[in-house]
Amino acid sequence: MAKLPAQIPELVDAFGPHAHYVPAGGWSSVGDPDRVVKTHCCFCGQQCGIQLKVKDNRVVGFEPWEEFPFNRGKLCPKGVKRYMQDEHPDRLKSPLERRAGQGFVPISWEAALERTVREIRRIQQEHGNDAFAILSGASLTNEKAYLMGKFARVALRTANVDYNGRLCMVSAAAAAKKTLGIDRAANPWSDICKAKVVLVAGANVGECAPITTDYLWQARENGARLIVLDPRMTPVARTADLFIPVRSGGDIGVFHGMLHVMIQRGWIDREFIAKHTVGWEQLEEVVRKYTPEYAAKIAGVPPSLIVKAAELWGPAPTSFVLHARGIEHHSKGVENCIAAIHLALATGRIGREGCGYAMITGQGNGQGGREQGQKSDQLPGARDIENPEHRKIMASVWGVPEESIPHKGLSTVPLVEAIHEGKIKGLLSLCFNPTVSLPDGNYVREAFERLEFYTCIDFFMSETARYADLVFPGALLEEDEGTTTNVAGRVIHHKQVVAPPPDARHDWRIICDLAARLGAAEKFPYQTPRDIFEEIRVATRGAVADYSGITWERIDREMGVCWPCPSEDHPGTPRLYEDLRFGHPDGKARFLPVEWRPAAEEPDEEYPIVLTTGRVVSHFLSGTQTRRIGALLDQYPEPRCEIHPRLAEKLGVQEGDFVKVESRRGAVTVRALVVRTIRPDTVFVPYHWPHDRSANNCTIRAIDPISNIPEYKICAVRVSKTTAPDDPLSRLSSEAGGVH
Amino acid sequence: MELNFFVDYHRCIGCQACVQACQECDTHRGVSMIHLETIRRADSVQTAPQVCMHCADPICARVCPADAIKKTPDGVVQSSLKPRCIGCTNCVIACPFGVPRYTVEVDQMMKCDMCYDRTSIGKKPMCATVCPSGALSYTTLDDFRRDRRGTPVNEWVFGGETVRTRVFVVVPPPTEQMLIQLTTAAGGGAGPDTPADRDDVASLLEGR
Repeated sequence: MAKLPAQIPELVDAFGPHAHYVPAGGWSSVGDPDRVVKTHCCFCGQQCGIQLKVKDNRVVGFEPWEEFPFNRGKLCPKGVKRYMQDEHPDRLKSPLERRAGQGFVPISWEAALERTVREIRRIQQEHGNDAFAILSGASLTNEKAYLMGKFARVALRTANVDYNGRLCMVSAAAAAKKTLGIDRAANPWSDICKAKVVLVAGANVGECAPITTDYLWQARENGARLIVLDPRMTPVARTADLFIPVRSGGDIGVFHGMLHVMIQRGWIDREFIAKHTVGWEQLEEVVRKYTPEYAAKIAGVPPSLIVKAAELWGPAPTSFVLHARGIEHHSKGVENCIAAIHLALATGRIGREGCGYAMITGQGNGQGGREQGQKSDQLPGARDIENPEHRKIMASVWGVPEESIPHKGLSTVPLVEAIHEGKIKGLLSLCFNPTVSLPDGNYVREAFERLEFYTCIDFFMSETARYADLVFPGALLEEDEGTTTNVAGRVIHHKQVVAPPPDARHDWRIICDLAARLGAAEKFPYQTPRDIFEEIRVATRGAVADYSGITWERIDREMGVCWPCPSEDHPGTPRLYEDLRFGHPDGKARFLPVEWRPAAEEPDEEYPIVLTTGRVVSHFLSGTQTRRIGALLDQYPEPRCEIHPRLAEKLGVQEGDFVKVESRRGAVTVRALVVRTIRPDTVFVPYHWPHDRSANNCTIRAIDPISNIPEYKICAVRVSKTTAPDDPLSRLSSEAGGVH
Repeated sequence: MELNFFVDYHRCIGCQACVQACQECDTHRGVSMIHLETIRRADSVQTAPQVCMHCADPICARVCPADAIKKTPDGVVQSSLKPRCIGCTNCVIACPFGVPRYTVEVDQMMKCDMCYDRTSIGKKPMCATVCPSGALSYTTLDDFRRDRRGTPVNEWVFGGETVRTRVFVVVPPPTEQMLIQLTTAAGGGAGPDTPADRDDVASLLEGR
């Protein structure tokens, strides 16, 4: 049904991606802007403060915002050039309907909304409520994230709602909850600067959270030692005091090995453990066998590096653990994170200045996006959808019977599998580009072809939107207003900078219109995003992620407020666990006796090389935004396969050669970048591109049993030299997935 | 207190925020004046930003036959004056830091002027404002010495010639001068302490 309505080159021609180079008003536009609006970057979880310049209702440039405390004017190239998408020629400006063989044609909002509602009703009547699913995103504001969850549970009554934070932060979230009791970075970023040793595990900070680089250096100027774990020598790893080039998925080897040495040398805070934790004995039993030699085999590094790490970490007076996708994107992602958090707990170095732990949230509203109830297993306030008390509270906030709220639904990967199997027939998506961002891309695209009906809300025609029956033009972040919650739990305010194009609509308005047509108008009476925020305050009162004391005025006055904030006179909580009471009912943190286990697919004779994937600094996630910004595209126009010269020599590959990277599921053909900065048993391909340039053609559809995060960071591939591709897709421009 | 420009190559992450932001500067919008050098990508991820060093006695100005390059009283060397520049590229060849570039479209030498439109009214240069790693910073010498461990150096010895610059580079103590051995610098052989070995992950895995 939903096969592409035209050939890809035709769709690209009509809707892009096209790299756009010239800002609104041109480079030479002169004169003062009409106004300069203080807001935040739309991209990663750092949510840097930025000022956007506006002239004639168009964003024409930017100015650093030096007073905003988190980034003090600092920005990465994405932040600098983010303003270029506002007046982008690819911008969707009216609802579109697919016409087989022709592509997409404009239709009226009335007809588009009416057809969507008719199809939702038909599918739900014929196949049950859960046969219609929602996929949403972690770049949405808190208000929109809340709305998507409520829309699914109250207007559609489907259990199947999930979001693309599932591909990003969920392992960290689950691990923090299991060990510390609260899913949030435990400390403000300023604590990094006060630590005497900082461990960065699986985080390419310089490219994926560039602003954090300065925090690491502030710590180092204060005498901190820096330990970095990564299969590649990243920009931050290059100058680290200790770089451990760990094998992808071998992190528990390093963490447990460090703990083993620390126990032997007496660098354990046994008083803290006795008073404030549970489970140490079982963990101690597990790590007994993780001698440096045993651990080193798992980690794929010399034992001396693990001993050195323990020597830097163990006796330090203060310390900070930072981790990101490198340890989280595994079928044991939760266990990896738990083992990292153990290092903070075993030394009692948490809950005070310079001592703590943080996950580096990847997506813009990665933190808030998962708290507001668009996650398949959660209700607003980070509440548990299976907890009867939590259900009762939300039923009363929403004014619906508790039993009408669906139970836990499918998370993203099983949800797409259910589409593939024909169990889920209809889909509404917002802010998600799964045909590029999910693993096993060929399977995912097959699934999308099987949908009976699909409505996609987006501001650009993403690769996934091409599969839609209806595409609704939504609004950019700067065309709307709302809040996000940054990497450190700080709730911040995105201002409306300009109005959306005349026939595009605010995402929340589209959802409210659909809800009204589904007969739930009285449950969705919002006139502004602020009305939704006020409901979030009520909905989260008393919850773990308590926003009830946060107002937009306070956010503006205080440059953000950290949750939990239970009342308007509460200062907010930048640092958790200061009283050493953890988030579990008994107030004690948990050690969990996790063991290393292999990845779902380890290399073998047939597919002997590890493929690991990740990001580059000038692109964001599936690239649907950054591949359209010429300056960012030019910085890294096409994906390249990083390969060590030793491996390259074995394969007869030279710098710049085309290579085919092939797994059991699919392949990409890209140029080789022969560099000594990667392990010789591993290749790296960034994942921001579509079609035959999509690294996710190769990645495996294996998920962590607890968090359900996909295993993006390790699968088995073979790599061979090949000739330059010459097919219609390879002849597309770089931003559309071609090669040149 | 005089504000100074500091370049700490050690901190650079090669993100090009400086390059992208320089392009946004009002006086030369669309053209970036800062250069970001990738040192040897095959061997390392090391990168180095290059702004105009603003020499006390600018060589570019000395070799300019048209007297088109001027230094402001506060020590900032400007791009060539459009009416005077004859596009001879003497400055491009003479600059020991490789900063000036001849821009064909405008038939003129243009280069970093430390965001004179910003710095002359008390703001920081664009690149030093956005740089996320602090590789580029603009602050007082006192503040720099308080916050940083490295030594700021602004004296360069190129063979027999000593050049003092307004811009400082940050080096490990006790270096006081940057000694540039012109004969060996050009060779670039892979000695034991080149990035080629230091940043080779295979070597690290072998415990070397």
